[in-house]
Amino acid sequence: MKDKILVVSAIKDGTVIDHISAKSLFKVISILGLDKIDKTITFGTNLESKKLGRKAIIKLSDIFFKDKDINKIALVAPDAKLNIIKNYEVVEKKVVEVPDEITGIVKCMNPKCITNSEKIVTKFDVLSKKDVKLKCRYCEKITDQEHMEILR
Amino acid sequence: MKNRSLVSINDYSKDEYLKILDLAEEFEKKPVRELLAGKIVATLFFEPSTRTRISFESAVNRLGGRIVGFSDSNSSSVTKGETLYDTIKIVSNYCDLIVMRHPLEGSARFASEISQVPIINAGDGANQHPTQTLLDLYSIRKTQGRLDNINIFMVGDLKYGRTVHSLLMAMSKFNKITFNFISPEELKMPEEYKIVLDNLGLKYYEHKDFTDIVSEADIIYMTRVQKERFSDPIEYEKTKNAYILKDHMLVNTKPGMKVLHPLPRVNEIDPCVDENPKAYYFTQALNGVYVRQAIISSILGLI
Repeated sequence: MKDKILVVSAIKDGTVIDHISAKSLFKVISILGLDKIDKTITFGTNLESKKLGRKAIIKLSDIFFKDKDINKIALVAPDAKLNIIKNYEVVEKKVVEVPDEITGIVKCMNPKCITNSEKIVTKFDVLSKKDVKLKCRYCEKITDQEHMEILR
Repeated sequence: MKNRSLVSINDYSKDEYLKILDLAEEFEKKPVRELLAGKIVATLFFEPSTRTRISFESAVNRLGGRIVGFSDSNSSSVTKGETLYDTIKIVSNYCDLIVMRHPLEGSARFASEISQVPIINAGDGANQHPTQTLLDLYSIRKTQGRLDNINIFMVGDLKYGRTVHSLLMAMSKFNKITFNFISPEELKMPEEYKIVLDNLGLKYYEHKDFTDIVSEADIIYMTRVQKERFSDPIEYEKTKNAYILKDHMLVNTKPGMKVLHPLPRVNEIDPCVDENPKAYYFTQALNGVYVRQAIISSILGLI
């Protein structure tokens, strides 16, 4: 125990999002709109992780997410794990899952798609969740994991 | 189908295809009907398309409707920088139905979400052109007497050709369809469509050359091989003449076999084929009017 240091301080009530790969931290912040929240939020990044190499962690005081909102981050942080904290205790653990539909968030990779030309919220049907494949509701073309660009 | 836009061939079920084809048969018997009296159809062609536009306008005229619109975006407020959103919002106030062609993919789906009146997609970039597919189905059924148990040969640009992709998707809803694809290596049918056929257990064969294999065909569906699709111009020069249909190539084909082509044709069908009774592409274009009459009247709930 004596070698362990808590690099990001504990919270009383709220949500801890752990196991975010370090390179995805700012995408997660952007997707969840954390840059526009006035609650106390602490971030840690480039922390050592056996699984991810370098991981990031976010601790959000007094913030709780609906499943449909938090699942949005599965596109960029598929390994993310959530701990729901009440009175310093973990009361619930959750994993994220890519939803069946993605609204907004992702840019359609087809340069000739109308969504890249007019002000339109993108909509995709998720064809594959593991190696993510998204089918644009407008141009019907597929945007894959490799070409996925996060909006905002 | 009443009040529902027709954006993608995948929006309609097999039964809905058949309903349109049955109606089109009625229009072929009696093309002039005053079903659209007092109705206005807007034809918004953000890029020019002579055949499709005239076919639609002819269909509306035969039904006794009126037409407003433009035939290329230079003569519309698009040149002033108006968004598609604004154009559709405004035009849908003025008419009962919008027929639109637009160079950007997904534009028709977007228009259908914001329009107060139904949209018929007359082509959105390389994406969809569903009325073409329905007239192709009509032509196949009319000449073969069936849509099941058809051996169809698709020839030319199978990579970028939206007509062959949509026709493949529509035909795959029927039973015992065999597909044969003849194309240069660079323009092969994309994997995603072959996966669809694999999943449905439908047979398909790929060929690089026009050979005697076409003797098995019920339908030969020709498309244009466009120069701009080739990264290597030498490769284009080498392949362009390999996919030209000539009269002698039809000698051993089945008596009832028909040659279809979405048109415009450039050089891929030798003009001497035109006189062959197996050439059907000009009648196919005529069928487009009956099919569009059927689609317009169904969507407006007039039949």
